Amino acid sequence: MEISTILWREFIFFKRRAFKITSQSVITPLLYLMAFGWGLGSDVVIEGFSYMHYIIPGIIAMTTMNSSYGAVSMRVSVAKLHEKSFESYITAPVNMYLLTLGYILAGALRGLYTGMIILAVSYLFKAYIHFNFSFLLICFLNSLLFSALGYFAAMIINNHYDMNRFKSFIITPMTFVCGTFFSLEKMPILLKNFISILPLTHAIQALRGIALKDSYNHISILILLIYFIILYALGVWASYRDF
Amino acid sequence: MIDIKNITKEYGDFVAVDHLSLKIEKGMCFGLLGPNGAGKTTLIKMLIGLLKPTSGEFLIAGEKMNRNNTKLKNKIGIVPQHINLDKDLSVKENLIFSTKLYKIPRNKTKQLIDDLLAFCELRSFEDRLTKNLSGGMKRKLMIAKALVNDPEVIFLDEPTVGIDLNARRKIWDMLKRMQDLGKTIIITTHYIEEADYLCDKIGLMDQGKIFHCDTSKNLKKQLGTYTIEYFNEHKNTEYKYFTLLEDAKKYAHSLNDNYLLRSLNLEDVFYNFANKKVK
Repeated sequence: MEISTILWREFIFFKRRAFKITSQSVITPLLYLMAFGWGLGSDVVIEGFSYMHYIIPGIIAMTTMNSSYGAVSMRVSVAKLHEKSFESYITAPVNMYLLTLGYILAGALRGLYTGMIILAVSYLFKAYIHFNFSFLLICFLNSLLFSALGYFAAMIINNHYDMNRFKSFIITPMTFVCGTFFSLEKMPILLKNFISILPLTHAIQALRGIALKDSYNHISILILLIYFIILYALGVWASYRDF
Repeated sequence: MIDIKNITKEYGDFVAVDHLSLKIEKGMCFGLLGPNGAGKTTLIKMLIGLLKPTSGEFLIAGEKMNRNNTKLKNKIGIVPQHINLDKDLSVKENLIFSTKLYKIPRNKTKQLIDDLLAFCELRSFEDRLTKNLSGGMKRKLMIAKALVNDPEVIFLDEPTVGIDLNARRKIWDMLKRMQDLGKTIIITTHYIEEADYLCDKIGLMDQGKIFHCDTSKNLKKQLGTYTIEYFNEHKNTEYKYFTLLEDAKKYAHSLNDNYLLRSLNLEDVFYNFANKKVK
């Protein structure tokens, strides 16, 4: 019941801002596609693939991360700090672990939605990649875990400036170091080892494997799932803190 | 109905609520009066499960409150101090959302929302987005939301703050109707006349403690029956309280017409209490 209630609420929010949300979510990845795909795509080859093909899975992973994280962190932090409407959810007879899951699911669906738009746009760029159910599943898992991170961040911050800091130190660095735009092979070994434990790295590797080689990386899927469970548990824990 | 035993809330060295004990009977309208920072909102936040007490405990309808106690949460309604409506939902959608949060069966939702819209006089605004409502209408909607689960106990934290006199009087009427329905009401307010008009019993609170707790009539009686208000030589207003009219007139005579003699009211009680605490 809690899950469907939050999904209903978030659907109304989305419905009333569909164009704004969609355009805002896809503008940055579209610029990346245009700049790196069109600009560099024809001249650069990485791991045997044209650069345009190479970056599309990375951009989809990055977009699902940004979109799901942003959707939840913004909605929950505004409801908690600005509108104060979050208090009324907590004082209602709801199970917090289900309410948390409702928000995370809503954010993940937003992430998946924008990810699929980028995929569709990439077809307009005539960059055809291999796409199947596993690809969709990884996109959804990636959205789920970053949505859970967004919920956790929104629950532990005390003001909106903290939210920016969270993004600057966690989300933005992952955008650039996890292999969205380049291969990690040439990275210094220590940095490479560190990057290889980050969730976005696994999402990109798994998506790139399917998109370009039709190969499956089950370990990465498992790691994404573990990340999601840990972040969800942290979100539930944060929901029980003082308000 | 509510039994608070030795409850304390500390933030580091600051004690917001200090070993407070209180009993509120079923069907009573209990008012918490106190200056800013007295600890009223902190107390309410603990009672509704938003804050955990540092020590002590309390029972509402015989049950301990915690964030998982959905059974107890179903028995209470809350009107917080700040406007906490979903701004981009309409009046009706806000109520639908509340019925979903409170798991009201779908076949009862329509009738319930119709009744609440009528009770709060918001029927003609049901499709209006809440961000476009006036302050008074927002407050009414918050009260309607607090009633979706037909609660036994209703907590109202300054429910009429920031709204005009007309809207305030209408909210008072709503609260009186809730009293008639046998609800237990706990209200914090800065408006003395609000507490005087609505509350069966009033607790005067400051520095996290309740110093006096009685009916409005008895609180006034402790101070006297008449008040003389006058300017002293430094042009500051002074108040003197008297039980007998004769004594008040005798004192007034020495003030050379520079005074106002009137019946003592709850504001005098509060002013005297707050001033003594400051001194």
